[in-house]
Amino acid sequence: MGNITLDKVSKSFGATNVIQSVDLDIEDGEFVVFVGPSGCGKSTLLRLIAGLEDVTSGRIMIDGTDATGLAPAKRRLSMVFQSYALYPHMSVRQNIAFPLKMAGDDRAVIDRKVGDAARILNLTDYLDRKPRQLSGGQRQRVAIGRAIVREPEAFLFDEPLSNLDAALRVNMRLEISELHQQLKTTMIYVTHDQVEAMTMADKIVVLSAGRIEQVGSPLDLYKRPANRFVAGFIGSPKMNFVEGSEAGRYGAAVIGIRPEHLAISTTEGAWRGTVGVSEQLGSDTFLHVHVDGIDTITARTGGEVVLDHGDTVFLTPQPDKIHKFDAQGMAIR
Amino acid sequence: MARAVSTRRKLTFTLIGWAVGLLVFFPVLWTILTSFKTELDAIALPPKWIFFDWTLENYATVQERSNYFRFMTNSIIIALGSTALGLIFAIPAAWAMAFSPTPRTKDVLLWMLSTKMLPAVGVLIPIYLIFRDWGLLDSRIGLVVVLFLINLPIMVWMLYTYFKEIPGEILEAARMDGASLWKEITHVLAPMSVPGIASTVLLSVILAWNEAFWTLNLTTSNAAPLTTFIASYSSPQGNFYAKLSAASTLAIAPMLILGWFSQKQLVRGLTFGAVK
Repeated sequence: MGNITLDKVSKSFGATNVIQSVDLDIEDGEFVVFVGPSGCGKSTLLRLIAGLEDVTSGRIMIDGTDATGLAPAKRRLSMVFQSYALYPHMSVRQNIAFPLKMAGDDRAVIDRKVGDAARILNLTDYLDRKPRQLSGGQRQRVAIGRAIVREPEAFLFDEPLSNLDAALRVNMRLEISELHQQLKTTMIYVTHDQVEAMTMADKIVVLSAGRIEQVGSPLDLYKRPANRFVAGFIGSPKMNFVEGSEAGRYGAAVIGIRPEHLAISTTEGAWRGTVGVSEQLGSDTFLHVHVDGIDTITARTGGEVVLDHGDTVFLTPQPDKIHKFDAQGMAIR
Repeated sequence: MARAVSTRRKLTFTLIGWAVGLLVFFPVLWTILTSFKTELDAIALPPKWIFFDWTLENYATVQERSNYFRFMTNSIIIALGSTALGLIFAIPAAWAMAFSPTPRTKDVLLWMLSTKMLPAVGVLIPIYLIFRDWGLLDSRIGLVVVLFLINLPIMVWMLYTYFKEIPGEILEAARMDGASLWKEITHVLAPMSVPGIASTVLLSVILAWNEAFWTLNLTTSNAAPLTTFIASYSSPQGNFYAKLSAASTLAIAPMLILGWFSQKQLVRGLTFGAVK
């Protein structure tokens, strides 16, 4: 079982409050992603759960028992670090076996478990190599292997893919998701990349300045963001925000409309503007349009639409897809 | 970015390098040459470079007059003893400062180094009196303790710079993997810092081996190491340069050989962290 409950967890470094009274329930087997901009406290929160940092106040419950004061190794959690944190002087085999050796397991048990982990992660041919002889993706797999063999209650991932190149990142993202399907163990994953969060998570926790902004499923956050911060953070390209009289027409201080929810026409529409930059991705085209009296608005259209700098376009927001926010930035439902 | 260097430039730098190297090595070379000369040749003017009557008589005399191996045994015990004691204190100290620094860590490091700036003679009298009262004069254990204390700041500094280069995440990973503090040090930190520890040991041994001020002032015969052995050849009746050179050569030979074989380690140790 891998239930984890955070009960009013706070952390300060000196006078700086990095985590402010966070409450969170993580169910057994869930894939939870902590997402937020740099410095929002997501890595600190993960390190508090891991036991690598002490909480300033509050409780951390793992499987119903209070783990707040427990040493990292006693929490039965495994962690995969951004830098992989492999032991450079040990072979892949020794790296994966290390936690088992520390636990005092038998040689035969260690060999079997290391063999199993290596098979799952396609590392069998590399067992006798040193980490420096591996590529970034292979190193990350070794780090995951080291985490798997302990059969932990939960896996903690601290931005594990940010050192990899874009193509490999997509592959590893799939591999980690598949691993989760296979092992069905609780996973907590920290990232600043909302695409990773959307594609991998059962549940996303959006953090900002040490507080939880919203918790929900990826589509929940996309469709019903609780506030302007979440609305702007989830979704790519970012949601457009319009203030002033245009927002007032909808009875809100600010309205938000996603780039994919704007109809584009060259003849008529609600907002008239000129194309600034047109980013053509083949499958999609992102238009950055300078709308008269508003601001720059990003619109997403099909790849077949060809509009150039200076062309006149009309944008019309889909009425049922408009998000309304009050002056404090909270969603008006 | 690499910069193209012209052949002439390279040649100039090579020559300058050799010139500086020879200049530094010259006293050692001259000592070794003189040790094979007769006393007369040793003080001949103009000096005789290599065309003289090569002789081993100085070595024979030196060996006859004093027991080289006794001095050498003392030197080995003192150098290794002070280094071993130093490691026991320096590794945990450097570990603490590198991996759980406080806002005052830098000050502590500087303060430790500042003790090296004090002229040794400034504390000679108190240390001499303490040694006398505690019966440590002319004892190996006394010298081990003094040299350990003198070299400790340098050992801590060197190990600290090494440990600083080890990513903290690796130690955290070990902690997550269930390693106790002791296993974290023996299984992860120590194997990863073997080069650093080796060059620290080497430097400490060399410094202790060559240390003359305290060994001359705190010993007479029992615990006297090779530095005292050399000094005994500079006598009031006049200096016997050839014999003095033979004694010096015998004293520095072990370090010269050790240094020759470990120069790569040593250079890396001394410049570690200077460039990444």
